[in-house]
Order: sequence, then C-alpha cells, then structure tokens
Amino acid sequence: MSSDILTAPEPTRERLIDPEGGYILYLEEITVSFDGFRALNELTLYIETGELRCIIGPNGAGKTTMMDVITGKTRPDAGTAFFGQTIDLLSLTEPEIANVGIGRKFQKPTVFENHRVFENLELAMVGDKRVLSTLFQRLTGAERDRIDEVLVITGLSDHRGNLAGSLSHGQKQWLEIGMLLMQNPRMLLVDEPVAGMSRQETEATAELLTSLAGDHSVVVVEHDMEFVRSIARHVTVLHEGAVLAEGPFDEVQSNDKVIEVYLGT
Amino acid sequence: MLVRALTDHERGGWMLLGVVVLLVLVVPVANLVVLESSPFHISTYMVTLLGKYLCYAMLAISLDLVWGYCGILSLGHGAFFALGGYAMGMYLMRQIGNRGVYGNAELPDFMVFLDWDSLPWYWYGFDQFWFAMLMVAVAPGLLAFLFGWLAFRSRVSGVYLSIMTQALTYALMLAFFRNEMGFGGNNGLTDFKEILGANLQSDVTRVVLFVISALSLALTYLLCRFIVTSKLGRVVMAIRDAESRSRFIGYRVEHFQVWIFTVSAVLAGLAGALYVPQVGIINPSEFQPLNSIELVAWVAVGGRGTLFGAALGAAVVNYSKTVLTGALPEVWLFALGSLFVLVTLVMRNGIVGLWRSLMKMRSQRE
Repeated sequence: MSSDILTAPEPTRERLIDPEGGYILYLEEITVSFDGFRALNELTLYIETGELRCIIGPNGAGKTTMMDVITGKTRPDAGTAFFGQTIDLLSLTEPEIANVGIGRKFQKPTVFENHRVFENLELAMVGDKRVLSTLFQRLTGAERDRIDEVLVITGLSDHRGNLAGSLSHGQKQWLEIGMLLMQNPRMLLVDEPVAGMSRQETEATAELLTSLAGDHSVVVVEHDMEFVRSIARHVTVLHEGAVLAEGPFDEVQSNDKVIEVYLGT
Repeated sequence: MLVRALTDHERGGWMLLGVVVLLVLVVPVANLVVLESSPFHISTYMVTLLGKYLCYAMLAISLDLVWGYCGILSLGHGAFFALGGYAMGMYLMRQIGNRGVYGNAELPDFMVFLDWDSLPWYWYGFDQFWFAMLMVAVAPGLLAFLFGWLAFRSRVSGVYLSIMTQALTYALMLAFFRNEMGFGGNNGLTDFKEILGANLQSDVTRVVLFVISALSLALTYLLCRFIVTSKLGRVVMAIRDAESRSRFIGYRVEHFQVWIFTVSAVLAGLAGALYVPQVGIINPSEFQPLNSIELVAWVAVGGRGTLFGAALGAAVVNYSKTVLTGALPEVWLFALGSLFVLVTLVMRNGIVGLWRSLMKMRSQRE
C-alpha cells in the first residue's frame, strides 16, 4: 500500500503536475459517507510544497469534510492521506496531526473567549504540549518577542490584554490567523478566512496568505471569488465530493463544467 | 517561579490564607491556654467542628479544580474523600490493638465478630502509618486515574460523565455496605483510640489535628492556585471552553483531563484522611450520592472557578447546616434545595460572583 505513495503522483488530470516538484499532501481516493450520503467520493488531491491553493465549490461539495479528514476529525471509510512522504494522517489523532505541522483555521472563528488575546497566542504556540511540561513552562524572551510580532502582524497589539470574547468578528478572525501563525505549521488549512471582514481587512488577509506561501503550504477554502482571484495561482473546484476541475483561476472560470455547476444551467 | 506561585493571589485568596493563619494562631491558645470559664475559651467540640469545616473546604477546593477550571462536573467526588478516609480509618483500626471489645490484637473487632480467623491481604501494611498515608493518596488517585482514563479516552463528557461519577460513588457505597468486603459493613470503622501513639480523645491531639487540617487547606489552596495560574491551568480552561479547538492546536485533551482529575481525587482523599480522626468514624454513608451533590452545592454557592470561593461555600453551607439541623432538623433539606435553585437561577457565580458584580457596580457609579 505504501510503495505507490512513496513516489510522486502521476499527472492524471488536465493540469500537468510537475513530477519533479515536492508534494506535501497526498489525498488518494478518500471516501466519506454520512448515512449513505457521500460527502467525499473517491477524492484525490495533491498539494505541492509551498503552494497556495484555493479550493472552491458549491455548498455540500465536501470542502469542510475534506479538512476534517486531513485534521483527523473525521475518519474516511476508504482512501489514504499522507502528509509528506511518510506521515500517515489516518493513523494519527487530532493533536498529533497538529504537532506534525498542520494548522487549521475554522470557518466560524473559535478562539478561547475567556482567555486574553495574548494567552490565546501563547496556547497556540509551537512547543512541548505535554501535561507536565506545561505545568512548569515559562515564556522565554524569544517566545514573547514572537507573540509580540504576531500581535503586530494581526493588528491586535492594542488588544493584547483584552479577553478574546470582547473582540469584534473580524478581529477574532485575525486572532485565529495569529494562532495559526504561532503554531508555525508546515501546512495551513484556512476555512473561509475573509467571511465577515471589511474590504481593507480582506486585502490585508490576501497579502498575508500570499506572503506565507513559499515557506508554508497554504490551502484556502473560500466563497468570495474576488478574494480567490486576488490570491490564487491554482484553484481546485470540488463538486459532489470529488475534484471537478483544477488549474489556473481564469482557465477554471471558463471551464464549461464549472460554469454548469455554479450557474446551474 | 515558586515565589510567584506563593504570592500571586486575588484578594479572596489572601483572605483565605489570612483566615487560616488566624485560626492556627488563635484556636490552639483559646482551647489549651485560655481557662474554660473565660468567654474567649474555645471548646474542644468547637475545635473539632472547625476542623471538620477545614476538611470540607479542602474537599470543595479539590472539586473546584476539576469543575470550575476543567469543566468536569464530578457528582461522585465524595467517593475519593471516603476512600482517603477509609485508608486512614484502617490505620486507626489497627492501632486499637488488643484494646478492642474482643481483645484480639491481630484482628479488628468486626472481623472477630464475623468469625474471620486472619487478616485479609488488603489490610496488610495498614498498621504502618507511612503505608496508610501512601494509600490515602494512592487509593483515590488510582481509582480516579483508571476511571478518568477510560472515560476521557472515550470522550465521555458533560452530563454523561456526571452520571457515571454518580454511579461510581453509589456502587462503592453498596460494596462497602457488604460485610464480606472486610471494611466493617454498614457500621464502618470506628472506636479509634490512638494516632501515632497519641490519644485521639485528648485536647492536644484534637488541636494538633486541627492545625494540620488548617495547614493542609492552605497548602491545597496554594497547590491548586499554582496549577491554575500555570500554563497547564490555561490549557485546562481552554479545554473547558473549547475542547475540540484545543485538540486542533495540539493538546492531548484526555491526558490533561485525567491528570487534573487524578490530582483532584488525591486532594479529596487527603481531606478525607484528615476528617476521619476528627469525627472518629468512617462508614459507607460517606459514599452516599447525596454527599457528592451537597459538595457541588458548596462550590456553586461559594462561586466556582475561584478556589477560595469553594472554601467559602463549604464553610457557609456547612455552618448553616450545623445551625439548621440543630434548630429545625426537618427544614435542612428544603433549605439546601432552595439554596441550589437560588444559586442556579440568580447567582450563577455564587457569593464571589455576587460580590464582584456589586464591586463593579460601585466602581461604575464612581
């Protein structure tokens, strides 16, 4: 089972996948059913190391379920999911997956409302997260600097001592992105990052995500087409739990099948 | 770090520590030195009563650690208290030696009565104080660890977990009621004579036990305060508020839950071990589900998630209980019930919460 996964995937669809390129995520023939409804239907998807990929698709296309599978929240009925060449995601628990370097931002911002903004970032910070280590852990100077840095990036410096529950919706989105940065993951899964954000905030988010790509691999699920256009080099369209089309934004946008799914003609 | 842990308290925490220091300084003098005729004399009955409250306060803090900070509503915490109490009781039984009714130095009276001819294996070692003290921590700790490991690993939470803890204490009560268990059946363990060679009836022993209880309460508070103000404390509160989110940033939620549950059970066991020599008896009624529910009421009345509030609640509710059961015994359960309803409906954060909102209102007016 593992031997075919150790080699880079063959270019099987319209888009030519560079066989020399390194891949960070391999999803192969993933199937998830809920009470007979197939949320994912033999989904096969590869993410290149350092790329910024947008996943779009109508409601119910399986976008969130896919993220649930990658992060260990949902176990698929069939298929394989590998992170890099050797890490079998399906054998790991949620915290283990987080600790190998996959960070997730949820659709609905979920921050720790009764903790201060600073503490939210501290909790998310990469490091030893075992029980007894956390009992005696103290922040080092470098760690404080890192938190301060992220507070600046997310524009939350003035709110560092406030309870996260007192932030506006947009600020919570930013705090969650900040928590993602603190985890310093190799791959970021970002579910609808600009929902509820103002124009300016949206632009800033686009800038941030673009700057993260390269060092990190970034997978963004988004409905806002303007936003997708502004950041994506490559887009994957999901439909009924499988990949409908994949390629550069303009190409995908003019794809007949995609138009049909989106416009219902 | 230690200095921070010992000095970083809210005002309520300082008050709790202050009360403990005051009790430690005043009570021994008022009982042992001040003459009985003086109005400042504190009777030995009163010393023991206060000592009982201190043990209850310790127990309440231990529950607050899991309920207030980790969101685990244990409705069976009395079981850990009782187990610690039984471990101490077994030591005290062995200390009776040949002064029992049957004069058998090898077997406690109830075993002679049951016609047993030798000590069951699980009583071995309980004639040694150090071994009994070890068991005071190990018995409740091990039970909590096993129970927690099974429950939290299967992600049992909320009301289901509460019901299971309630079932746990009920099952233990039924088991300890059985004579064949070898823990004295429904009479439990009693008629104690000595602890470490000191006569349990003497005023000095009572005062020493009282002082140890007071110091243990202070140490329990300091330990729990250290835990909740550490990063572990922040993780545990994060788990309470958003369990699955905590998993996604890399915390093994069940490990934290088991750890905090076990620590809490050990503290509850210690409270029970201090309680038993002061009240002079431990029997299966300590496992009653009602006891554990009352315990939850103490914490709720005081204000959960504050530690000192739990201690305050334990003192207030138990003092009311002492007064009410003395004056109007039939009213007590109604009073307890109404108190619980009142706290749930209008004082969600207990006395501490009420006080805080009053302070806030006053500062806003100014």
